[in-house]
Amino acid sequence: MSGYWIGLITILSINVIFAYGIFLAVATGQLNLGGAGFQALGAYAAAYLAMEMDQPLFVTIASGMIVAGVIGFAISFPILRLKGVYLVLGTFAFAEVVAGLILNSDALGGATGLPVPTFIDWDVPAIAAVIVAVGVFWLMSTRFGLVVRSVHDDEVVADLMGVNVRMVRVCAFALGAALAGLSGALYAHAYSFVEIQVFNASLSIYVLLYVLLGGAQTAWGPLFGAAFFTLLPEALRDTLPALKEAVFGALGIEGAATPPDESWRFVILGVATVLMMIFRPEGLITRTMVERLRPLNRAPRAARAEAAE
Amino acid sequence: MSEAWLETEALDVTYGRTHAVRGVSLTVGEGEIVAVLGANGAGKTSLLRALQGAVKPSGGTIRFMGRDLTNAGSAERVRSGMMLVPEGRQIFVSMTVHENLLMGGHLRRDQSAVEKDIKAVYERFPNLAERRDMKATVLSGGEQQMLAVGRALIGRPKLMMLDEPSLGLSPLFVEKLFSLIQELNGEGLSILLVEQNTHMALEIASRAYVLELGRVTLQGAAADLAADAALAEAYLGAEPA
Repeated sequence: MSGYWIGLITILSINVIFAYGIFLAVATGQLNLGGAGFQALGAYAAAYLAMEMDQPLFVTIASGMIVAGVIGFAISFPILRLKGVYLVLGTFAFAEVVAGLILNSDALGGATGLPVPTFIDWDVPAIAAVIVAVGVFWLMSTRFGLVVRSVHDDEVVADLMGVNVRMVRVCAFALGAALAGLSGALYAHAYSFVEIQVFNASLSIYVLLYVLLGGAQTAWGPLFGAAFFTLLPEALRDTLPALKEAVFGALGIEGAATPPDESWRFVILGVATVLMMIFRPEGLITRTMVERLRPLNRAPRAARAEAAE
Repeated sequence: MSEAWLETEALDVTYGRTHAVRGVSLTVGEGEIVAVLGANGAGKTSLLRALQGAVKPSGGTIRFMGRDLTNAGSAERVRSGMMLVPEGRQIFVSMTVHENLLMGGHLRRDQSAVEKDIKAVYERFPNLAERRDMKATVLSGGEQQMLAVGRALIGRPKLMMLDEPSLGLSPLFVEKLFSLIQELNGEGLSILLVEQNTHMALEIASRAYVLELGRVTLQGAAADLAADAALAEAYLGAEPA
């Protein structure tokens, strides 16, 4: 495999895990705009343990996950008291605080960042992404998944059924934070270097977009959202110059085949985002769509119900 | 009167400076249908919210089956056998009919018995059985109300509380609903029925309370209340008897 594809699979895997981390909070009706903060916690925990304490890979990655998860659990109690746009701002502020603390910490390298000695190839993030995806699909099919959906649908009625709404939200938020931390730890080792500027506000926005535009109703959504928004800019990298050449050729303009500005990719990405918000407000992959694509599943179920009569 | 299952004493509910429920004492006995009547804003829903633990009462006590549940959470009340069917047929919109029913058994650990109870609900409501794998939002208003009642039944309640169940239903479905309530009552379920449909509620209830501005202003046997001139004037439009 070429370096390009290795890089692409690595970042795709990290983004998928990251998106599932945010998905778990969003699935209970909580918008988490602090993704970059949790990812930074995981990345720096792994980097510090690898660099300063010579810890092996499985320790650093597990620690990245645990540190982000524990901090997510701790802050979820005050932060989940906020609702709606205030929760969005609260999580956003949390990420800014994390970034500020790391930027001003000498032990964590401040603005220069930390090198990470242990390098991982694309296979570790890819395997982790598969495990996380399967795990989240499984989780959403359990009773806990059903409860998560009930809290999202109507927290008052969920409470009437005896659901501990607060605990469900705290668990989903903390577990999501741990996954974001895992994605950060993998990032640290895959790129051999962490600097806090990477974990910025637009990263938090992007990962929330993966989830919201991919669809937060089923576990398919974050998978498609992360894949779409990771691969689309890459696809545009090749097709955009070709498109420009074709347009210029048709207009009879000669010799203007300089590659178009990088930023055009993001313009197109932005337009795609707006169009998706207009035409698929529930996300690219909705529950109705998943159910319609599963006729095989319904037939045996109906047969089973008849046999039970 | 048989032994009281649900018993509130001098119950107060306040929201800030609003005194929604003032010193309400009521009982629901084993196998009784008790109606709580009153106009909009009389405190009926606040009373139910306090009974189900969604708001903490600012005074008074709530006892059920001999246990003090005044400060208990919703889960503890469901476990001890109280189940509320909320106003407006609040079903879970992302879920299928079947998944909605499963949520009714959220606190139960005996999965095979839950499945059995769900089967019994399907037998009671064949319309729900036909649509078990469809989204609950495709059901008609009346069917959604049946689903809400069915979901509550999966929690195996001893006392079912219904908040304005006839609201927005067609007259035909209201008839069906009230005969369903009687049927469930006949199977041993105690019922606390909060209604604005005074006529119908008094027809099936054995006793009733009338709330006005958070206070119980009238109480007694449903038959007596139905004949009461004051109630007739306030809620029945003072029709000649």
